[in-house]
Amino acid sequence: MKTFKIGGVHPAENKLSAANPIKVASLPKQAVFSMFQHIGSPAKPVVTKGDAVKVGTLLAEADGFVSAPIYSSVSGKVNKVDAIVDASGYRRPAIFVDVEGDEWEESIDRSSTLITLSDRPELTDKDIVAKIKEAGVVGMGGATFPCHVKLSPPPGTKAECVIINAVECEPYLTADHRLMLEKADEILVGVDLIMKAVNVTKGYVAIENNKPDAIRLMREKASKYPHIEVVPLQVKYPQGGEKQLIAAVIGREVPAPPAIPIHVGAVVQNVGTAFAVYEAVMKNKPLFERVITVTGKSVKEPTNFMARIGTPMSQLIDECGGLPEDTGKVIGGGPMMGKALMNLDVPVCKGSSGLLIMNQKEARRGEEQPCIRCAKCVGACPMGLEPYLLATASSMRNWEMVEDNDIVSCIECGSCQFTCPSNRALLDNIRTGKSTVMALIRARNAK
Amino acid sequence: MDVIWIAVVALGAVGFLLAVVLFVASKKFAVHEDPRIAQVSEVLPQANCGGCGYPGCAGFAGACVKAADAGTMEGLLCPVGGAPTMENIAKILGQEIISAAPKVAVIRCNGTCENRPRVAEFDGVRSCRVQLMLGTGETGCAFGCLGCGDCASVCMFGAIHINPETGMAEVDEAKCTACGACVKICPRRIIELRPKGPKSRRMAVLCVNRDKGAVANKVCKVSCIGCGKCVKVCAFEAITMNSNLAYIDPEKCKLCRKCEDACPRGAIHAINFPARKPKAAEETSSAQVGKKVAIDERPSKSIETNA
Repeated sequence: MKTFKIGGVHPAENKLSAANPIKVASLPKQAVFSMFQHIGSPAKPVVTKGDAVKVGTLLAEADGFVSAPIYSSVSGKVNKVDAIVDASGYRRPAIFVDVEGDEWEESIDRSSTLITLSDRPELTDKDIVAKIKEAGVVGMGGATFPCHVKLSPPPGTKAECVIINAVECEPYLTADHRLMLEKADEILVGVDLIMKAVNVTKGYVAIENNKPDAIRLMREKASKYPHIEVVPLQVKYPQGGEKQLIAAVIGREVPAPPAIPIHVGAVVQNVGTAFAVYEAVMKNKPLFERVITVTGKSVKEPTNFMARIGTPMSQLIDECGGLPEDTGKVIGGGPMMGKALMNLDVPVCKGSSGLLIMNQKEARRGEEQPCIRCAKCVGACPMGLEPYLLATASSMRNWEMVEDNDIVSCIECGSCQFTCPSNRALLDNIRTGKSTVMALIRARNAK
Repeated sequence: MDVIWIAVVALGAVGFLLAVVLFVASKKFAVHEDPRIAQVSEVLPQANCGGCGYPGCAGFAGACVKAADAGTMEGLLCPVGGAPTMENIAKILGQEIISAAPKVAVIRCNGTCENRPRVAEFDGVRSCRVQLMLGTGETGCAFGCLGCGDCASVCMFGAIHINPETGMAEVDEAKCTACGACVKICPRRIIELRPKGPKSRRMAVLCVNRDKGAVANKVCKVSCIGCGKCVKVCAFEAITMNSNLAYIDPEKCKLCRKCEDACPRGAIHAINFPARKPKAAEETSSAQVGKKVAIDERPSKSIETNA
């Protein structure tokens, strides 16, 4: 079975909610839309206090090319345009909407009939990209990179294949898994649309083999699409990383930054993105809801929710049976790359793939011991770096040394820290070093 | 016998030739260094801290000599040695003495454990920079001191430490040389080098929270809420208000302490002033005075004997 060659770890899978169907989360009383729901420049609000909005009404427009518009997920009145502490831990501009009823924009097709590409032969690649851009679709795996940017290859590059990331290598999360089981047809049309947008004839849907039911279903449905191949992959973290996925599926290695996947001819999109693309293009529905897994060992009912963007996390936790008493940390995202939340009023964003409630025992960090030079971190690093060296040099603020040792290639997957028997805070230090070096490089280039 | 003579002569000849080569090289490639650079270097503290902005003390000495040749030594200051060192340098170089006001690092945050409630617990590496990557730190304030001591770790003079009781960085004014290392490392840009002031007395807004009043009020008891009362009460136009935050210009401030009384939050501090008479204390609210007295007393132990 295929997988990437260098490094990787295999944490306990703990996919507690894999068998639970997607449940539609109830509407919040107040929805909050952060203006930082994507990578790039924040969206610019176009509504003001007191404006009436419907589901699907534009709240904020994209500010520049690498940016995305934000649409209302609820109907009601704009309460205020202020700021909220979002998942980043920082107070950022946001629009607050008081919910009244559930009235949708008429342009949205709410029927469940499947529309395939053959039903809409007039669609051109430019139409599709324009539609995706307009609908504010971003990478739904968590990186939230605006989708239309990836579908507009820079001059001099040519896409050769589309790889759909349905790996879901993070432990605990099952959002993509459930989406595949329940929306397989829609996803495949979405893949078709993405392939048409970048004019390629080969598409892969990569799924780790801990989801045999999804592999079986997708294979069966994909038999109608001869150019789409379902690729089962060996379970290994961080296979969902763009570069690792390309290496696993087509065996090509993306060179060190500033090279990007398109330089080896690959366009990688998350399976959730493919679904959002289908809804945006075929159903005229902007991105305002997504699947999010709320899970944890002490949670009463781990659930996969179809939640409106802007719903407070606290409400989803209540719907799962409330916050367990022995809660140690609440993490936005998965256990490997997620980030602990500062409070539970953080709203669901376009990139919120999961909410993990760790109990006190799990949340505790082990006592940090001296490095024993076992080199486990070196073996685990999927980018072939030397994490022990980067971490030590970063903590000594030796920026020249960390730059020479390719710190900017680090994908911050945390495999090194996960595997360290001395519980050393490798990633904490490497992240500091990486951000400093990136800032230094930016400053140098600006000169 | 002959063999010995041959060896002696041959080696002697080789030795002589090499000596000639070395002699020529030492004359031809001699590096002429201004003797004054060595003299200036001698009077410098040799801490090589880089606080002056030059690479080490030798670099600074070179810069001083160059500046003296150009006419004026203005703008050059060894923050560690201060005025006495600069006097010595000026004497060596035959320049006029330029006295620069001595400065000191001021931590512009008073968010102690008591004033600023901790809302989260951070169990990662004790480093402000690491903490900052993951959010606003242990308190709700997105601007204040994180209390992990990056500043203390770079201070070469042991002048900053983290007080475990307050959870805040504190400057020992007697040891601070205003080299600026802490200013550079602080990821929150809280530390400012401010003129020491007459008798080490100075006024400062000990808050950098630029949030709107309502938010700033919620996260900390002694935050600046940008109400502007201090600006109105200041007779010397020394206080400016910029994005919800007051700033006292040390050049214009006449130390009248009116702003301190006007501040409803106790964010403006009169540092190293003698404690006020009890009569004045009664007039202002008791809670505020309590805090101010505590601040007034802390540095006085270390500084007033030295100043």
